[in-house]
Amino acid sequence: MARHIVARTSEIPVGGNKVFDIAGRDIVVFHVNGEFFALLNRCPHEGAPLEKAACVARLTSPEPGIYQRSRVGEMLRCPWHGWEFDMRNGQSWFDPKRIKIRSYPVAVGSGEELQKGPYVAETFPVRVEDSYVIVEV
Amino acid sequence: MSDVIDRPLQGDEKPTATRLRIIDCDVHPSLHSFDDLNEFLPKRWQRHLKEYGSHLRTPYLFTTPYPRSSPLIARRDAWPPTGGPPGSDLAFMRKQHLDPLDVEFGILQVLDLFIFSQQNLEFGAAIQRAINDWQLAFWSHRDPRLKASILVGQDGTDLAVAEIDRCARSGEYIQINVSPRANEPLGRRRYWPIYERAQELDLPLGIHVGGYGGHAPTGGGWPSYYVEEHQSNAHTIAAQLASLVIEGVPERFPRLKIVFIEGGFGWIPSAVWRMDQHFERFRSEVPHLKRKPSEYVREHFWFTTQPIDEPDEARHLRALMEWVGIDRLLFSSDYPHWDFDDPRFAFKTPLSEAERQKIFNANARAVYKF
Ligand code: FES
Repeated sequence: MARHIVARTSEIPVGGNKVFDIAGRDIVVFHVNGEFFALLNRCPHEGAPLEKAACVARLTSPEPGIYQRSRVGEMLRCPWHGWEFDMRNGQSWFDPKRIKIRSYPVAVGSGEELQKGPYVAETFPVRVEDSYVIVEV
Repeated sequence: MSDVIDRPLQGDEKPTATRLRIIDCDVHPSLHSFDDLNEFLPKRWQRHLKEYGSHLRTPYLFTTPYPRSSPLIARRDAWPPTGGPPGSDLAFMRKQHLDPLDVEFGILQVLDLFIFSQQNLEFGAAIQRAINDWQLAFWSHRDPRLKASILVGQDGTDLAVAEIDRCARSGEYIQINVSPRANEPLGRRRYWPIYERAQELDLPLGIHVGGYGGHAPTGGGWPSYYVEEHQSNAHTIAAQLASLVIEGVPERFPRLKIVFIEGGFGWIPSAVWRMDQHFERFRSEVPHLKRKPSEYVREHFWFTTQPIDEPDEARHLRALMEWVGIDRLLFSSDYPHWDFDDPRFAFKTPLSEAERQKIFNANARAVYKF
């Protein structure tokens, strides 16, 4: 797997996402409360673009009329038929063994660490303090 | 089929289904605002619309009886960037739907203003006229792929027949649409003048699910949940199929073609088997029927595919399609609604090229005579 530096952390707002063409794949990177998740930008059901999905909370209900929210913003609800997926691993919420969105490891690295890598530090001399989102594909 | 999608479609790679051009029998256009109708609606009814709005058989103005989880029951990605509701912007519809899916013809299905359920029949007829004209001016004339239907409220039968005649003169409409939830079951005699005219004009009768009639949508009363109500679309249509067949509509109008839209097709085999079985036992009650119900169904009725059933095993879907008949199925997407079916991925069972050709194009071409 190769590491691809895709964006500065500041380029993807909290609660938002951005789509990148990484090694020929359409990959969507979400920013949730300081963490980043990368998933293939297609729903495994009928192929909806997940960049348009709603970032929702996990909703559980111990009994009718009582609802509990947790993991706010970490669940993905497909823009078409509403299938829900866990952003951390792409697993579907209703049939985790069978249905899954392809997900990719994401890391955040500082400009300092990356300056010797494929990113040429000299090109951005004043930006070397920034953090970057790195997706492994 | 692998459930884990690990490979995106590359550039111009076309999945098999779209190698043939698609006839999409269920595309929903929307009004930007009621003002779109002004040029087609007499002043008197414009005022009526502003002052009184709709008078339906259910509570609340300008909305479905309760909010549903997906605003305007639409795909989240279908809101036009220029504003306005999903389905209201032709340029965006072309870019998001007609062009990429290679839609040869898209049949418009208008749901605005609950056109079929207006209690004030004169107002309903005025709105139907306006919407019928608007379909041509705003859609068909701007994109010849988009085909309009003559929408009529069948409870004002004489008004409906007059509107059918008015529209048919233009030669531009491809079917006559009536509601699946009228005041009485669709097979009743009071609606026959509409069927008679449809047969004379050789225009198929389109029946799109949904809307609110004078009755609870299930035989058991009002459902508690949207999930439950959505389910009721299938049995409403099953009841209407039985009514049309058993009351003798196809027997009486032997050249009439009827298309059920958005009712899916999973329920058909058992409904037809049961009708046949009961027909054998009780045929003396219905001597006006000369043939088995299944024969009328196989000759007079077509069914659009969406929302497609998704059994765990692909072969079950396959068997279902064979029972219904590959030649009775017409592809529909329901764009831009939330339960949209993508023609490339909706059929999770193998189909031969010839079968695809029929479902995605040839069957509709024959029914609508494109
Ligand atoms: S395409 Fe995502 S739920 Fe159907």
